Amino acid sequence: MKKQWFTISVYSENNVGLLNRISGIFLKRHINIESLNVSKSEIDGVSKFTIVVNTTDKWVRNIVGQIEKQIEVIKAFYHTDEETIYQESALFKIASNLLFDERRIQNIIKENNSQIVTVARDFFVIAKSGRRNEIDDMYEQLKPFGIMQFVRSGRISVSKEEMQITALLKEFYEEV
Amino acid sequence: MEIVKMKTEEPQNKTKLKITGAEAIIHCLLAEGVDILYGYPGGAIMPVYDELYKFQDKLTHILTRHEQGATHAAQGYARVSGRVGVAMATSGPGATNLVTGLADAQIDSTPMVCITGQVTRALLGSDAFQETDIIGISTPVTKWNYQITKAEEIPEIMAKAFYIAKTGRPGPVLVDITKNAQIDEFEFIYEKCTAVRSYNPVPKPDVKAIEAAADLINSAKKPMIVWGQGVILGKAEEELKAFVEKTGIPAAWTIMGASAIDSDHPLNVGMVGMHGNYGPNVLTNECDLLIAIGMRFDDRVTGNLDTYAKQAKVIHFEIDKAEVNKNVRADVAVLGNSKETLDLILPLVNENSHEEWHNEFKKKYEVEFEAVIKNDIHPTKEGLTMGEVIEQINIASGNKAVIVTDVGQHQMIGCRYAKFKESKSNITSGGLGTMGFALPAAIGAKMGAMDREVVAIIGDGGYQMTIQELGVIFQHNVPVKIVVLNNDHLGMVRQWQELFFDRRYASTVMVNPDFVKIAEGYHIESKRISKREDLQSTIEEMIASKNPYFLEVKVEKEDNVFPMIPSGASVSDVRLK
Repeated sequence: MKKQWFTISVYSENNVGLLNRISGIFLKRHINIESLNVSKSEIDGVSKFTIVVNTTDKWVRNIVGQIEKQIEVIKAFYHTDEETIYQESALFKIASNLLFDERRIQNIIKENNSQIVTVARDFFVIAKSGRRNEIDDMYEQLKPFGIMQFVRSGRISVSKEEMQITALLKEFYEEV
Repeated sequence: MEIVKMKTEEPQNKTKLKITGAEAIIHCLLAEGVDILYGYPGGAIMPVYDELYKFQDKLTHILTRHEQGATHAAQGYARVSGRVGVAMATSGPGATNLVTGLADAQIDSTPMVCITGQVTRALLGSDAFQETDIIGISTPVTKWNYQITKAEEIPEIMAKAFYIAKTGRPGPVLVDITKNAQIDEFEFIYEKCTAVRSYNPVPKPDVKAIEAAADLINSAKKPMIVWGQGVILGKAEEELKAFVEKTGIPAAWTIMGASAIDSDHPLNVGMVGMHGNYGPNVLTNECDLLIAIGMRFDDRVTGNLDTYAKQAKVIHFEIDKAEVNKNVRADVAVLGNSKETLDLILPLVNENSHEEWHNEFKKKYEVEFEAVIKNDIHPTKEGLTMGEVIEQINIASGNKAVIVTDVGQHQMIGCRYAKFKESKSNITSGGLGTMGFALPAAIGAKMGAMDREVVAIIGDGGYQMTIQELGVIFQHNVPVKIVVLNNDHLGMVRQWQELFFDRRYASTVMVNPDFVKIAEGYHIESKRISKREDLQSTIEEMIASKNPYFLEVKVEKEDNVFPMIPSGASVSDVRLK
């Protein structure tokens, strides 16, 4: 079966041990987590994990089943890239003199729809949000000038379909 | 953490005196109906043991000789009684010694709560004496775990622990309690947990799926049932029997499902899997409908998945959604507790007898009887076989004993030939295959069913992994019957070496001690036999005994267990020799 990119979204209680439990599910199956982001979700008190993996349909189903089985997980979903709106963020730290000496740099910033976050005496920082390939492109463009530091975040994504967590929780409270 | 609570009787007076965390733990156990637990004391759990001393009239603590023994005893207790087994240990090595039992309970879905002491909150992360990250270590082998660092957390977490351990697909829960939380005082109120919002233990049955399943069942010409432990855990034995009897469908079982239906029931066609019966294995690949009930298509059941029941439609009755389509794709998945779903499907299925199809099973049984069973149970060779020992236990106990097996050849022979009249009678380490399981599990099983005969059947290898638990049998005069089938080998590994490793017998010969003398050292009545003429009378004597009894049976050293599906082969390729 063909491998492809999947974004797994996990709605969970905010529990200290849960990350360990979830990462163990991937470890046991030798499936590498390509990116991981944990944040609050649209529901108060509910956390959201966004996990990106490159695997087969069979394994992503297996993993999502195992994740959803964990006691503190409310619900887990998986989507292909086409089924989500997704982004990553990156920061580039670059020597300040280049901002003034290299005209090309200012164009790169503009052409890539990125922003200068801060300018200090020795360095300035560019922030860029977008798809992985857009960030990679910008990285390649800036590389010849020298990048002092680079960091890219995990993917964040929202699905095109509805993820009905609120309804699920409402149903729970109505039943008990 | 969002949980829903139900008030229960408050175990202490209304003035709401503050009590210590340690005392609170005892009250939590009592509120959950626990009257026995297994464990081993040590520094970080001493406040709780101090309370156990004060509450010994209400709560019996059994001191096992190793913490692993405590977990297996708790498992044995849980498996025969259907209640939650409880084990307790100190921090560090005490806690890590629980890991095998936790893993065993996890894979065999056994409800168990383990309580471990932990170094005081202020020392966490300092590599203190006997500090270990048992939460990190136990995460992959527990259904849930939690570290309590404040006394006030105790009632809520303990309530949640018991609720999670026993509901849905059961499993082990570990609660780690720092020493300060055991010592500190707080106002104790206990409320039982009745729901956790992120946890849906039993999916609601889907009427459409049940109707679709009934349609498949009613139109099948050669349907076959394979049931597993889910039937026992779901207390669905009567519902399964009614379903089997109405539909007339031949029903086979996995090792964990054994005893849910009487062994002598005419529709019970035997065990599936690596050393299961010939008929149900071969006919898995000839049936047109495979109805799996409360089982998970373990590789020891299915053999090679690429050639497993490919011709058949599959219906999967299952409580755990993650098991559906995990190994075998289901045409219809019926989620829910099998007690409920089988009851719902019963009125929708037609009465049938499937006579011709049954004859196929009978014919296959005759083949297996001639090739294997006859020689196992009524051997003509000089040496004793494991099979004839099991047969004598059946006869002497009237098929009424709880049979506890360890892991290896004797386990397969035990599960193949032991006969059961009552459910929850086959206690074995199925998923994990834990050698050393049987002796402590038998202790727990006896304590969970004092009115029943409990016979532990153990190989000479596994016996020596937890032999120290003879101390518990002696100290508490636990009237279990221990049968060691001694072939002076690690028999199953030896069998694989013979069949698949060109007879290179690496480290499978055992030079054994005098097992009878060891049992005598613990003042347990004991006997050794090696001749057929002594077998029946000795087993009768053993079963008749009201005391603990140890019997060593010297059996053939190089017997193999057949039928056998070689690892990775198809169920159709089951070997009879």
